[in-house]
Amino acid sequence: MSATEHFAAQVRNAPRAGDVAWLNQTREQALASFEELGLPTTRNENWKYTAIKPIEKKAFQAVDGAVSAADIEPFLFEGLDADLMVFVNGAYAHGLSKIGADGVRIASLSAVLADDAASVESYLGKIADPRASGFSALNTAGLVDGAFVHAGRNQVAPRPLHLLFVSSGDDAFSQPRNLIVAGEGSAVSVIEHYVTLGEGSHFTNAVTEISVAANADVKHYKVQQESDKAFHIATMQAEQARDARLASYQVSLGGAIARNDINTRLVGEGAEATLNGLYLVDGRQHMDFHTNIEHVVPHCISRENFRGVLDGRGRGVFNGKVHVYEKAVKTDSEMSNKNLLLSKNAEIDTKPELEIYNDDVKCAHGATIGQLDEVHMFYLRSRGIDPTAARSLLVFAFANEVLQSLPLEAVRQSLEKTLIARLPKADHLDELVQ
Amino acid sequence: MLSIKDLRASVDGKEILKGINLEIKPGEVHAIMGPNGSGKSTLSHVLSGRDGYEVTGGSVTYNGGDLFELEAHERARAGVFLAFQYPVEIPGVNNMYFLKAAVNAKREQEGKPEMDSMEFLTLVREKMGLLKMKPDFLHRNVNEGFSGGEKKRNEILQMAMLEPNLCLLDETDSGLDIDALQIVAEGVNALRSPERSFVVVTHYQRLLDYIVPDFVHVLAHGRIVKSGGRELALELEEKGYGWIEEQAA
Ligand SMILES: Nc1ncnc2c1ncn2[C@@H]1O[C@H](COP(=O)(O)OP(=O)(O)OP(=O)(O)O)[C@@H](O)[C@H]1O
Ligand SMILES: [Mg+2]
Repeated sequence: MSATEHFAAQVRNAPRAGDVAWLNQTREQALASFEELGLPTTRNENWKYTAIKPIEKKAFQAVDGAVSAADIEPFLFEGLDADLMVFVNGAYAHGLSKIGADGVRIASLSAVLADDAASVESYLGKIADPRASGFSALNTAGLVDGAFVHAGRNQVAPRPLHLLFVSSGDDAFSQPRNLIVAGEGSAVSVIEHYVTLGEGSHFTNAVTEISVAANADVKHYKVQQESDKAFHIATMQAEQARDARLASYQVSLGGAIARNDINTRLVGEGAEATLNGLYLVDGRQHMDFHTNIEHVVPHCISRENFRGVLDGRGRGVFNGKVHVYEKAVKTDSEMSNKNLLLSKNAEIDTKPELEIYNDDVKCAHGATIGQLDEVHMFYLRSRGIDPTAARSLLVFAFANEVLQSLPLEAVRQSLEKTLIARLPKADHLDELVQ
Repeated sequence: MLSIKDLRASVDGKEILKGINLEIKPGEVHAIMGPNGSGKSTLSHVLSGRDGYEVTGGSVTYNGGDLFELEAHERARAGVFLAFQYPVEIPGVNNMYFLKAAVNAKREQEGKPEMDSMEFLTLVREKMGLLKMKPDFLHRNVNEGFSGGEKKRNEILQMAMLEPNLCLLDETDSGLDIDALQIVAEGVNALRSPERSFVVVTHYQRLLDYIVPDFVHVLAHGRIVKSGGRELALELEEKGYGWIEEQAA
């Protein structure tokens, strides 16, 4: 059986939530698309640097996970007062979750599809193109569970929402599907957080759709801390109406292969998108970020700042696309991707990809690849700081520039501590976490 | 304290220091003057252990031991301090953390416990007061966005906190206005003691009105071509270096 056949069978045999015509049709079409597209190969320009062969070699399948409250404790952000939804191997774990009654609408997608599919009909599969890649099609063909968040008009979520996706077991295959709908003038913060219980080599294939209505404000965090043997493929697709603001903070630490597609379409004037990211690549890890910001209409702003630290035999890919449509005059777009190579064998391919179809725009982009600055090192050493600690300090400072931009203090501090824990002779750096 | 014998060093195969001899005793202040590119910064970098220089001959003895046996950070912990000609900006690292790390590195070497936060703050505030530095400097990133004068004062602040034995000041006066110059000189003079020695690299005799040297040396083409008392600095200011270079040649 080919990998495509294997995954198609997985989806076909899986239990489905909801039995409504439009939903069934969405899934069937997506399955047909998946069978047609298959899994991407490196012959596909968008997947040129990321070979997903190892994913094809294993028999990933639905696995029931037994996860306790004590198991998830270490993954909670210290000091964060948040609503919590826990998913175990892709399935909503009601018993582990904790959602306040006073906030915006928060529900598992499985429950919504079963009871109230109409409330997601105009969004689900409409924001993210199921045919964007074989993986998107596969996720849509499955369409079983994930988080649904809906903030009504002018509703401000009283707390951030922490979505904790726990995978456990070696071959576990999970396909989270999340939908965030921010109504006009509303405000929500959502943290998508992917972790592994143990050291399993599981496979996560996630899609998150975000609709940001006029003047709404969405802060989206994606923290990927899966095991170094895990495979993680994820797409975030947002659409922003007039004056809508979206900030997405992507922190990628785990995975053997991790591929993130982070896309937003600016379809209302005055919309503003911020995409920031940090990736730490070590060992034989491979992390690939493809971002795409579509400036469809005039007067939109986009800011993008990605940084990578690559060590060992790690490999990184950053492809930052900005597409400015012909009528999108007065577009203001900045993109920066900086990479720090800590070892001779680490590698990064970085490519800004600008497609600009009018002259009346302000677009700045830059990509750098460098090593630790010898002058910085000497300055620190000349003050008695030993070389290992000096190196850790400089790496921390470099990476922390991105973490500093995270508005949620508890998440930022927790990630800063995680970063410090990965660096040798860095315990004193805790003092810099404020 | 420091004994430099026939020191030769090169960069990228090009010899820059061509046999330097210098004896520095505890408590002495030595000024080194000389034309641009003569090797003054190279000498201070070689002494403080910067990578990229190849010592091709001679020896340097510091407090009775071979200085070159020590790596840069070990020299710092052993009391060698270089005030940089061009202080380095370190984005993302605040001054306070940097100073504390430096102070504690030295204390660790000396077998002392880490300085506690209160003690550190009291000390650093006192030193900053002497150097007329605003308190917010502690919370800014190391040298980032500092003016030229602020950077130089920050070097002296580090020196004051670390209380080194051998202070190498590489053009700490360059680009300073007279007020800043006086502040910096006062900071240096406050540290003068019978145990502590200074090597002051400068282009301007004016600095030596404030930091009075015991000896003045002229470094040209990688050699010390003339040494004298502080009157030599006045003579150099008047006549330039040409006459000495001619004498030496
Ligand atoms: N990394 C390097 N590679 C090649 N040559 C170098 C390097 N660093 C210094 N030099 C050369 O060594 C010589 C001495 O430089 P150095 O900086 O020591 O001079 P200096 O006396 O401090 O000058 P200034 O008064 O301008 O500060 C110069 O000719 C300089 O170009
Ligand atoms: Mg110099």
